[in-house]
Amino acid sequence: MALLKIHEPGETPLPHEDERQIAVGIDLGTTNSVVAISRGEKPEVLRDKSGGNAIVPSVVYYGDDAPVVGEDAREHINTDANRVVSSVKRLMGRGLEDVKSVAGTLPYDVEVPEGSDDGAGEPMMVRLNVGGRVLTPVEVSADILRALRARAEEGLDKPVEKAVITVPAYFDDGARTATKDAAKLAGIEVLRLVNEPTAAALAYGLDNGAEGLYAVYDLGGGTFDISLLKMQKGVFQVKATGGDAALGGDDFDHAIAEHLLAERKDGGAADSLDASDAKRLLKTARKVKEGLTDQDAVEVSVDLNGSVTSHTVTRTAFEAMIAKLVSRTIAITEQVLDDADILPEDVKGVVLVGGSTRVPAVRKAVADLFEQEPLSDIDPDEVVALGAALQAEALTGGSDNLLLDVTPLSLGLETMGGIVEKVIDRNTPIPVAKAQEFTTYQDGQSAMMIHVVQGEREMVDQCRSLARFVLTGIPSMAAGAARIRVQFNVDADGLLTVSAREETTGTEQEVAVKPTYGINETDMANMLRDSMVHAREDMEMRVLTEARVEARRNILAVRAAMAADRALLSAEDETSINNAITALETAMAGDDRDAINEAAEALENASRPFAETRMDSRIRQALAGQNVDEVN
Amino acid sequence: MSNTEHPAHKACWSCKGPVEVSALFCDTCNAIQAPGQLDHFKRFGLERSFDVDIDAMEATYLKQQQQLHPDRFASKSGREQALSSQQAASLNEAFETLKNPVSRAHYMLRLAGIEPEGGEGHTVNDPELLMEAMEMREALDDADDRITIDAMIKDTRKQARACEKDLGQALDQQSYDVAKKLTTRLRYLMKMTEEARAKKSRLAAA
Repeated sequence: MALLKIHEPGETPLPHEDERQIAVGIDLGTTNSVVAISRGEKPEVLRDKSGGNAIVPSVVYYGDDAPVVGEDAREHINTDANRVVSSVKRLMGRGLEDVKSVAGTLPYDVEVPEGSDDGAGEPMMVRLNVGGRVLTPVEVSADILRALRARAEEGLDKPVEKAVITVPAYFDDGARTATKDAAKLAGIEVLRLVNEPTAAALAYGLDNGAEGLYAVYDLGGGTFDISLLKMQKGVFQVKATGGDAALGGDDFDHAIAEHLLAERKDGGAADSLDASDAKRLLKTARKVKEGLTDQDAVEVSVDLNGSVTSHTVTRTAFEAMIAKLVSRTIAITEQVLDDADILPEDVKGVVLVGGSTRVPAVRKAVADLFEQEPLSDIDPDEVVALGAALQAEALTGGSDNLLLDVTPLSLGLETMGGIVEKVIDRNTPIPVAKAQEFTTYQDGQSAMMIHVVQGEREMVDQCRSLARFVLTGIPSMAAGAARIRVQFNVDADGLLTVSAREETTGTEQEVAVKPTYGINETDMANMLRDSMVHAREDMEMRVLTEARVEARRNILAVRAAMAADRALLSAEDETSINNAITALETAMAGDDRDAINEAAEALENASRPFAETRMDSRIRQALAGQNVDEVN
Repeated sequence: MSNTEHPAHKACWSCKGPVEVSALFCDTCNAIQAPGQLDHFKRFGLERSFDVDIDAMEATYLKQQQQLHPDRFASKSGREQALSSQQAASLNEAFETLKNPVSRAHYMLRLAGIEPEGGEGHTVNDPELLMEAMEMREALDDADDRITIDAMIKDTRKQARACEKDLGQALDQQSYDVAKKLTTRLRYLMKMTEEARAKKSRLAAA
């Protein structure tokens, strides 16, 4: 942390240096979200005004006024249910095809926008019909993020513009991009997308100074993740990860709700539920689930279509309802252990994350598999945000700890016959750059379709389609003669960029993989304009900051060179370099980006003769050495 | 030939002064450099040999990631962030290549100017091996309980370990024809282990 700077009147400080460094950790969950801050490696969650609740339910109410987020939004479920959106995370980056599999579990109407065929036959992200408004899941998530940002700014009494946001390890590229887009809309710069289990391990690891293999079992509202991490000497290395992006505590609620409906039907009540009924019933089911954490049985009454029925749900009955779901998580866990070639007894500790791990049957299943009691001394609802806050501090203020993460799913290309050729295997450490060569299969073929997919299956139609683009301008050659190199780059956020190049001519095309499931740039720009008056200023501020960072680096580099090779520096060059540095420092104190860049260029020109002298001198030294050797 | 190597120099992008082409950082201004053409073994300070101490290599890998990973450059300029990402990716590639015995053997064969079997356009031409692979696959298809499959996994792993040992000797003695065959065999054995494991978890899930 920079020390407090006191500026004399009239002296121009570097603007807002301290404020800009504030970075929070955000757990943007399916059911609940939490924001936290870390100072001096001590993370804490940011609570509501009364200092009570850390949890912000990921629920948004779209009334006639500005969107309402959190507990207050949930209150509207009883009165104005079709304007309340919850569990939107399940739709992030999803097309209608994906959503069909969870349809019926969604308490609102989804639709695919007009012109959903974007020319490549790819599905576009679904939109929601919310009380007459059409919203993308990205916009709804942005509203939740805005509320979290506001809470952080209120709690810290400072502007907050940077954050580490967590995503399920199992999130695919489309869902990751959608999350980053949502942050952009909310005016938050994402320092890093961090996988939720990794963040949780970070929160535990720093507290305990743990070394060895750890498993993180994360069962949230809508997603399940299991990760195996190796912790050693301050490095958190993800060994393997797996999960199900559509399995979570929400499914437990649904199981209870269906059970209640079945009991009513047996009692002669034939219910037809509208969206509002479904939401109220799910709310009741959730209460039953929570009650069964401490009690053996819960009494509940259901009021639907004017008929009130009362029910008793026992813990045994509940456990039977969810047995299949729980054993699915255990099967996935075993698969991940196998992937990493690790036996359950090699695991030194098991960390529980996510509210659904409060369910006793879940705890027992995990304990049985690993033959040990899982760790849960950090609140499972807060642990991810705490880890994210630690990482946010590490990225802005420096740290001795390092997270090394992996790709959750294999990435590949469609080849002949709809077969997937894997380019990057799952569980490969990121960042990663890998290339594969392909060739043409027809004489004179001038273009090639590049179809990028993600998933473990062998056939293209069983994997998620991420992007398609066409490499054109391949020179006329016999089949099999062209050499097309397709390069995959996955960055530290787990986001993919693909480029294709015909090697003999150098014809090249590149895409950031986001057109089909994310939001396209035009939509994004429009949304930014609509929703954020300060978007432009923000953008300019960012560019200005970047120019300053670059200028500062430039000055430090030249000074280091002057110190290293003072003997090679003429008095004349020294004067002109020092003058250029002074001029650049003056420009940096101002807000004119162009002036900074011009002064930086002037410094570069002023220091060029000196740099050339240094290069010449080193080359002469090398040649001199060579001559001696040759004589010998 | 000169007996002392004089590393080639290039101009550092940041201070414009001389820097060794394979240096990770400029020794004058400390700026991170673009990855040079560095031999994977040299990167970890290892002899070019099939016999690699994985734990020691991993320790070096982690130490280098501590310096090069993009998380260390989150508040630096865009250019430094991009270079760090490239450096971390090359480091990951080097580590992954040497960690896995099959890719390590492929890499060593390529360094020796030999294209390993099984790549694009290379068919495997070893009737004995093909027969062995076919028999293993049939046995796996017939196996329908965990105990049988576990025994198979154990057996293939044992064979793989023996194969690795022979392969190491062949490579170190530069008997590349033998090494090529053994590499293909090792690849088959590893693949069989993987398929057996997959079948085991399928059985467990059912």
